[in-house]
Amino acid sequence: MSKQRAAVIGTGQTKHTTKRLDVSMAGLCREAIDRALADAGVDWPDIDAVVLGKAPDLFEGVMMPELALADALGAPGKPLLRVHTAGSVGGSTANVAASLVQAGVHRRVLAVAFEKQSESNAMWALSIAPPFTMPVGAGAGGYFAPHVRSYIRRSGAPDHIGALVAVKDRRNGARNPYAHLHQPDITVDSVLSSTMLWDPIRYDETCPSSDGAAALVLADEAAADAARQPVAWLRATAMRTEPTTFAGRDQVNPQAGRDAAAALWTSAGIRDPLAEVDVAEIYVPFSWFEPMWLENLGFTEQGNGWRITESGDTELGGRLPVNPSGGVLSSNPIGASGLLRFAEAASQVMGRAGDCQVDGARTALGHAYGGGSQYFAMWVTSATKEW
Amino acid sequence: MTDDIAVVGFAQAPNVRRTHGTTNGVEMLVPVFKELLDGTGLSVADIGFWCSGSSDYLAGRAFSFIAAVDAIGAFPPINESHVEADAAWALYEAWVKIRTGEVDTALVYGFGKSSASELRRILSLQLDPYTVAPLWPDSVSIAGLQARLGIESGAWSQAEMASVVARGRAAAKHNPYAQLAGEYTVAELLAEPHLADPLRKHDCAPITDGAAAIVLASASRAPELCARPAWITGMAHRVESGQLGARELARSPSTATAAEVALGGRSGVDMAELHAPFSHQELLLRQAIGLSERVTVNPSGGALCGNPMFSAGLERIGQAAARVHSGAADRVLAHATSGPVLQQNLVCVMEGRDS
Repeated sequence: MSKQRAAVIGTGQTKHTTKRLDVSMAGLCREAIDRALADAGVDWPDIDAVVLGKAPDLFEGVMMPELALADALGAPGKPLLRVHTAGSVGGSTANVAASLVQAGVHRRVLAVAFEKQSESNAMWALSIAPPFTMPVGAGAGGYFAPHVRSYIRRSGAPDHIGALVAVKDRRNGARNPYAHLHQPDITVDSVLSSTMLWDPIRYDETCPSSDGAAALVLADEAAADAARQPVAWLRATAMRTEPTTFAGRDQVNPQAGRDAAAALWTSAGIRDPLAEVDVAEIYVPFSWFEPMWLENLGFTEQGNGWRITESGDTELGGRLPVNPSGGVLSSNPIGASGLLRFAEAASQVMGRAGDCQVDGARTALGHAYGGGSQYFAMWVTSATKEW
Repeated sequence: MTDDIAVVGFAQAPNVRRTHGTTNGVEMLVPVFKELLDGTGLSVADIGFWCSGSSDYLAGRAFSFIAAVDAIGAFPPINESHVEADAAWALYEAWVKIRTGEVDTALVYGFGKSSASELRRILSLQLDPYTVAPLWPDSVSIAGLQARLGIESGAWSQAEMASVVARGRAAAKHNPYAQLAGEYTVAELLAEPHLADPLRKHDCAPITDGAAAIVLASASRAPELCARPAWITGMAHRVESGQLGARELARSPSTATAAEVALGGRSGVDMAELHAPFSHQELLLRQAIGLSERVTVNPSGGALCGNPMFSAGLERIGQAAARVHSGAADRVLAHATSGPVLQQNLVCVMEGRDS
């Protein structure tokens, strides 16, 4: 069996905000889909299949919402797949849609992901105590804070690194018209003086809770060649999972993430990611995850991730701009957040990232993780068919 | 031929009314995985891709599929994905993954513990959340409307529905995993009271806890893993509108299209396993697929004799494949459904090859 080439030919996203009271779930999805179809220059008859991703159904209080949303997704009469891999789901959705093209099953596939947290209560959904299961007794921030603390202790990183990431991502987000938070005037001092929520994570170092959706159109080689605008060729995809708890699990630098990255770079033919990748959209819901994932992804040796953050290398114009879109710290419609990373990585190599564009971006990483850092999905996009 | 993919192993938990384990399926899945891996001689590390199907709403918790990974022993980490649907759709995703050439084996599993909740009420939450679900129409009542439409239009009768039940329960006597089995006459069944007119209790699938798993392998691996692989010659799925009033409920155009694509112009099959949670749906599906009278349907007893949510569709594929493995059948068709009253349907056609 041989893998077929695949490319992203269009992307779209909603304006993300705390409560999108002006649209239903269907309207939210369609806002992103309509933009993706327009960007791709295709219409509904061109779409062969639809893949929908979102995080737990309990977040909106609808069981398998893709069923009720089938009309809005343009799916009747077509194959519709629903993916759910926790917070990494947006990335997994893109990878599953890509595989439908790479396997030669379809010519054009629409990938959609959304979260409309304002329709229900995510904290309730995450706080259900199932029998026989030790309750975490904390939200996501409380769950991840000890991992961050452990990272700081291990790496010897200075205390202000997290604030540097928050300032960079929020200022980047201010350039992105779709971002939930626009904070062009944020400073390291203002971040460091914000409320400590889960020591060492401060309020300004956490992602917002957003309503939002993202969509992209994947196409085979012939359809991508026929596109009117530049496309983003897929160079590699990877997914890995490990169990939630076991003796010796490294939650700061999980093996599943390291394995996924190693598989990704090998498949992409990339030997030195820091030198060969032009821009990275990495899933950073709490600021300190930027240096943690830079290490986990193999951009630096273990313990050195914070150094390239501190040096400014991850800023727009730096050696490896990370999250020029503003990232998860600027918008977090949970189920869509991963697909946004993947879509932004595509937009960068298509040269359509607007004010967030990294000059000359030819190779981009899209990354997502989920659950308690045990689910990873990633892809590498390229401006050219050959690399 | 080198692109072909086969079902090389199938195992399932017994279909039972109630288990005492968690809703994340671990207790049901561990022995299923052991049976499957022992049968194929594979280890966890040999599996190229894992994909599961389950529902957080059924489990009553977010991320139930993450806890289910504990049944695997997934360290070193595994290449894995999950669908929020019957695991038949996980099998489709795995089939696609093998077709990309990235992996040559995949293990697919599904699980559901319906006993932990009130299923017909839970399934109401699949309906339009703004205009329909707030009225809490339950799954049995909606199926009753569908059955009534078919009766009024002359597509089927209550006696034909009862004969589906009688045949299924009799066939299930030979299926050690079936929840319900026995000899009944149509007259006996028609004497029972209605549950949701025109449906009687026996017209509705029972509440079942269960799990199932399948191993898929590429052409380069299948022959070493299974004496007679069930080669997948076609697989397709389609969805219909989520608006009940916009659908032709007494027909199943999504099944008809999926079957047409999966059969690839060769209509003849020896037997079929149809995922029909209500008796009239077996008649409806049989007509939609165009199965002749000659074709044996649901020799396992079908979903009316055990309907583990989120693995019953995968179980149909496994039951059909097992008949190819044993040599009892040469070309088989399996069907899975998802969503209210057959909204989404998948058809998988498999064959044995003797050379």
